[in-house]
Order: sequence, then C-alpha cells, then structure tokens
Amino acid sequence: MKRHQYRPDALIEVLHQAQELYGYLEPELLLPIARRLRLPPSQVYGVATFYHFFSLEPQGLHTGVVCMGTACYVQGAAQLLRTLEQATHLRAGETSRDRQFSLSTARCLGACGVAPVVVFDQQLEGRQTPETVRDRLHTCLSAPPAP
Amino acid sequence: MTPTALHQPPPPKPYRIRCCTVGGCLSAHGLAIKTQLEAAVTAAGLEDQVAVVGVGCLGLCSQGPLVQIDPSGDLYGHVTPAHAAPLVAPLAATLRLRSGSAPSPSSSSSPLRLRSGSASSSSSPLRLRSGTVPPPSPPLPRSPTLPFFTRQHRIVLENSGQIDPERIEDYIAARGYEALHRCLRDLEPAAVIDTITRSGLRGRGGAGYPTGLKWATVAKMPSGQKYVVCNADEGDPGAYMDRSVLESDPHRVLEGMAIAAYAVGASQGYIYVRGEYPLANRHLQTALGQAKRYGVLGSQIFDSPFDFRVDLRIGAGAFVCGEETALIASIEGKRGLPRPRPPYPAESGLWGCPTLINNVETFANIAPIIRNGADWFAAIGTEHSRGTKVFSLTGHVQNAGLIEVPMGITLREIVEVMGQGTPDGTPIKAVQTGGPSGGCIPAAALDTPVDYESLKDLGSIMGSGGMIVMDEHTSMVEVAQFFMEFCMEESCGKCIPCRAGTVQLYQLLGKFKDHRATPRDLAQLEALCDMVQHTSLCGLGQAAPNPVLSTLRYFRNEYLAAIAAPG
Repeated sequence: MKRHQYRPDALIEVLHQAQELYGYLEPELLLPIARRLRLPPSQVYGVATFYHFFSLEPQGLHTGVVCMGTACYVQGAAQLLRTLEQATHLRAGETSRDRQFSLSTARCLGACGVAPVVVFDQQLEGRQTPETVRDRLHTCLSAPPAP
Repeated sequence: MTPTALHQPPPPKPYRIRCCTVGGCLSAHGLAIKTQLEAAVTAAGLEDQVAVVGVGCLGLCSQGPLVQIDPSGDLYGHVTPAHAAPLVAPLAATLRLRSGSAPSPSSSSSPLRLRSGSASSSSSPLRLRSGTVPPPSPPLPRSPTLPFFTRQHRIVLENSGQIDPERIEDYIAARGYEALHRCLRDLEPAAVIDTITRSGLRGRGGAGYPTGLKWATVAKMPSGQKYVVCNADEGDPGAYMDRSVLESDPHRVLEGMAIAAYAVGASQGYIYVRGEYPLANRHLQTALGQAKRYGVLGSQIFDSPFDFRVDLRIGAGAFVCGEETALIASIEGKRGLPRPRPPYPAESGLWGCPTLINNVETFANIAPIIRNGADWFAAIGTEHSRGTKVFSLTGHVQNAGLIEVPMGITLREIVEVMGQGTPDGTPIKAVQTGGPSGGCIPAAALDTPVDYESLKDLGSIMGSGGMIVMDEHTSMVEVAQFFMEFCMEESCGKCIPCRAGTVQLYQLLGKFKDHRATPRDLAQLEALCDMVQHTSLCGLGQAAPNPVLSTLRYFRNEYLAAIAAPG
C-alpha cells in the first residue's frame, strides 16, 4: 500500500488509499501511517481533519450526496436537501444509527449542466426534484449495498 | 522522428458517431449509449463504414447525453440507449442506397440532416422522415448552426468532443505535440517566453496575471531545481471548465506544461486535481502513461537533452487549495494553509524552489499559440484581454453548457443569444461570475463586454469561468449568504479577519434573510466587508465580501426591504 517510498510528502496520497481500502480513517490507522512516513501523529491527524474528503467515522452502507454548488443552489438544491433530511431524519453530514445511510453535501460536482444533481451510491442523478429524490432514496435504500 | 510516424491510422470510415462519455452525459448512461450504438452498428453490418467513438464534452450539457454524427454534424440530445437503433438505421439506409460506389463523406443525402439554423429546431419533427423509428421517441436533432455553437471561438476546446481523450494517437492526429516538438527543435527558451508574452495571454485562473511575465520571472531565477505546477483544483462552485478540459483533452494540458517547463528550465511538474473529479484523474493517468510510452514526456524528449516528468496530486476537498501558496503546501503533503506573499512561488515555491503555477486553461492555450504564432492569438479578443475564455454557462438558462467565446463579447450575447435566456422566459435578474470571489452583475449591465477590466469595474471578476444566470425569483440576499456560508466553511482558519469575519458576515446576512435586520446591521455589514477585504491574508478572505458588496451595490433595495419589514 505505501509504495510512495515512505516519503512524508505523500501523506495525502497515502490517506486517499487508506480511505479507499478501509472506508474511513480510524485513529488506529493514522498512527501506523505516521510512524511509517516518519511524521508526528499530530500532523497526520491535522491533515486528515483539514480536508473534507477524509472521514474519521465510518460511512453508512448507502450514501446520498446533495450538490450545493451555485448552479444547483439556484435551481433548488436546498429544497432537495431539506426533503432528504426530512425523509431520513438526518442532517447533512450525519449517518443513521443503523449505519444504513449517510447524508452529505458537496461543494460542486462539476455537473452543472444538469443541475440540480444528487449522487446516490456513486450514481449521479441530474435534474432532480423533491419527488424524484424521495423516490430515488427509496430505491437506493432497498438496493443491495454498493461494493 | 516524430511520434506521428509511429502509427499508421486505419483508413477513415465515412461515418463517425461521437458519443459524449464524460461529465454529466456519462452519469446519464453515456457509456451504455456508446455500447448500444456499437451493437447497432454491428447488427447492421456497418463496422467498416461507421465508427463509434467515445469523445469528450460536446458543450451543450443541459441537453445531454449528447451524440453527434459526422459528416453531417447533426447533434442529438437526451439520447437513451434505446435510441441506438433508430440513430443507426438512417445511416444504414443511406449506405445501402449508395452500395457499390464508395460513400463520400461529403454526402448530403442523409435524412438526418438539419441545417435550419433556427433556434426552433428543438421541436422539429424532421427526424421522423426516415419512417423506421421504433416506439421510443427519437432524440431531437440539434443543428450545429445554433448560435450556441456558431458564436463560439474554440481554441482551448478545439478537440473537445472531437477526439477520444483516452487515445494519444487521436491527439497527435489533431496536431498534438507538434508545438512541443517545434519548441525543442527550433526555439530557444527565451524565444518561447517571448512568444507567450507577445500573445498577451493572461492567467485564466481568475486574477489575469500576464502569463509571459510569470514565465520570465521563473526563468530568470538561478538554474537548479524548478517546478511547473498545473492548478486543476477547480473549486468555484458552478464552474466545470477545467474538469471538462482534463476529461476531454488531457494531452493538451500536458503539452502546455512541457513547453512551460522547457521555457523556464524545470524538469518536474505536478498536476493538482480536485478529488471530486475521478474521471479527470483517470484520463490524466492514462494520458501520462501514454505520453511516457511515446517519449513526449520523460527523459530526452524528442531526442533533445530536455527531461520533464509529471506527477499527479489528488486534492482532498479544500477550496483554499486553489490559492497558490496553499496549493504548494498541499502538494508537500501538509494542511493547505496559505502563507503571506512575497516571496511569490515564482521565487520560492515548492520545497523552496522557484515554481511556475498556471491554471489548466492557461496551459491549454500554450500549444495553439506556439503553433499559430503570437500575432494570431493577439488578434483575438480586446486590447487588454487577448484570446478566448471558456465559461460554464449554468443556472436559469435554456442552453446550459460549456462555451468558449472571444474576449470582448457582451454578456447579453452569451446569456440571451447563446444561452437563449431562461427556460420559462422569466426575466433575468443577474449573472454571477467568479464564484465566491466574484459578484452579481445586474441585468441592466448585460451589455458590458467580457474582459478582465470591465468585469472588475462592475465589482465582479472574470474568475475561472463560472457564469450562473439567475432569474427574477432569486433572492440576492440569499445568494450572498450562500456564498458567505461557502467562504465561512472553506476558510482555513489561519488568519482572524477571514476566520471570524466570515462567520459574523454570515450571521448578519441571516438577519437580513429572516427580515430581522436593523439599519445598524446594514452599516455593520458594510464596515465588516471592508475590514475582511483589506486585512485577510489570502485571496479567499480578501474576495469573500465580493458577493455581498456587489449585491449591496446593485440590489440594495432587497437589503432595505429586509430592514423595513417588521419581523
């Protein structure tokens, strides 16, 4: 896994890989990374918490990401988020207690041409309305979990 | 020993079906459409006559998934996999008619052809003429003569939607790496910089710093380890030009970087790509591997003493990393915190070495400038803003997508002629440019030409190229608060004006939004904007008040209304 020659400047690359492999970055995972890259644990923790991409908590089996980029925002992304929040009783950034579903927001997914967009289990859905996201949420939750 | 000599292209097929397999179209089953089209071509026994290729962005993203058929150039929107057979059928019919004689690419007998040039082509039933259309209603042909396309001037996007981004052969066939070859063979580094300087190219990342000047500064630094960095951390929400360029034509960026490295004397490059763009990342990986195999990157490029290696760095979701000093920290594997300038990265950047940082679009302009000359480029655009600019036209606009227009075109032409206004005809209220660092331009100022200075005078900026149209129903106070929330969350927290100021501004704007504001709040809002603008460390904080200031300037009545109403 750490074939970046254990170079300290490859920390972000290593964290990317670790998250891909384990789903999230456990504190127990960060310590050995720090040791192998010869970095103080505080710096590894600092980097892991600085970037939005890294999650220190496990994610749900299914995920829903509402894009809150400007193009999506002016076309009603806030409403979509509210719909999903109500339907799941979660707030953005939270995972349900049974670890079935994580709801989050994104800055901009670069799919502004089909705004507003929501990503369910890595599948991007364009031109969403409160009705379509509610339907999509149900199909997403009843589908087998993404690998 | 040019790379073109290495591959003999197969004889061209008379028909070519190009499917967009990037961006929004990909997420709408672009790949399945391509597979189905291939199957339909095989089923019709036309493999020798019709090529199906996956290409980059075709531009009109709001109508995606898009498919375009050569040689007629007919563009089809909202295609589904079920449309594959009806799209291929007329081609088969035409080819059968002409069986025996070699089909000529300039054929004009395609029943799909629609060159009406009118904007009303969207509802044209012409496509039904072939009579072989099975139940799923066929996609509507879109004429390539729509103003959305004809008003464009494509330099950066010249290959987008034309070539397969995953094949270096396609790029080379489109005169790729010719400019690099020319630089290494005929031009001294100083001559390359001179060409870029005379072209008048300015940084396309937003600030518009003259590219030639930046290159000259790095070149002047004592020789030794230098770096070239491509800033592909496209953080502005509502902007996806760089994503599209990287996904549709990655080699163009690599070639621009290699030319820059030759000019400034660097041997190592980094591309810092947003983590949110997995496909751009993958296409770049592919392109890097191919470029190395073809010897256009690596050691002794084109048998010259010039070496240049490029590594990818994947961002991890931090807007501030688009700021160059923060980006450098992030490449070094640290938290993306900006630091005061000077020293500028050109003097002391990555690991303390002189570093040239340019944006994706800037690098994408380099090869055409070298190929066609500085004068050719300088003839496009306005006196102080040469060339073209790519915009992602989005929001309340009928034709949303990626456009490349000459500088100096008016906003009205972009929004009303090319974009054809709002989808439901609601009047336009404002156009937002420059993302969270930019401003809202009121409809009354739509006749302003698009160039760095004019947009600045209006209180906005050129920015990286996001252009979001907002209709009458949009609340400007809410938009200002939306951007402030963005800056508040993205503030890295290093300097206090930005860290604390954005929170205060956000809360003040919340009072306006909820109609709880007092006249004192308005005064405080303005004072605070001024303070954050002038005392923040980096561009993020300095520009954070821009959306508030510009909406205060043009839509002050909305703020006043929020005070007047009792809450």
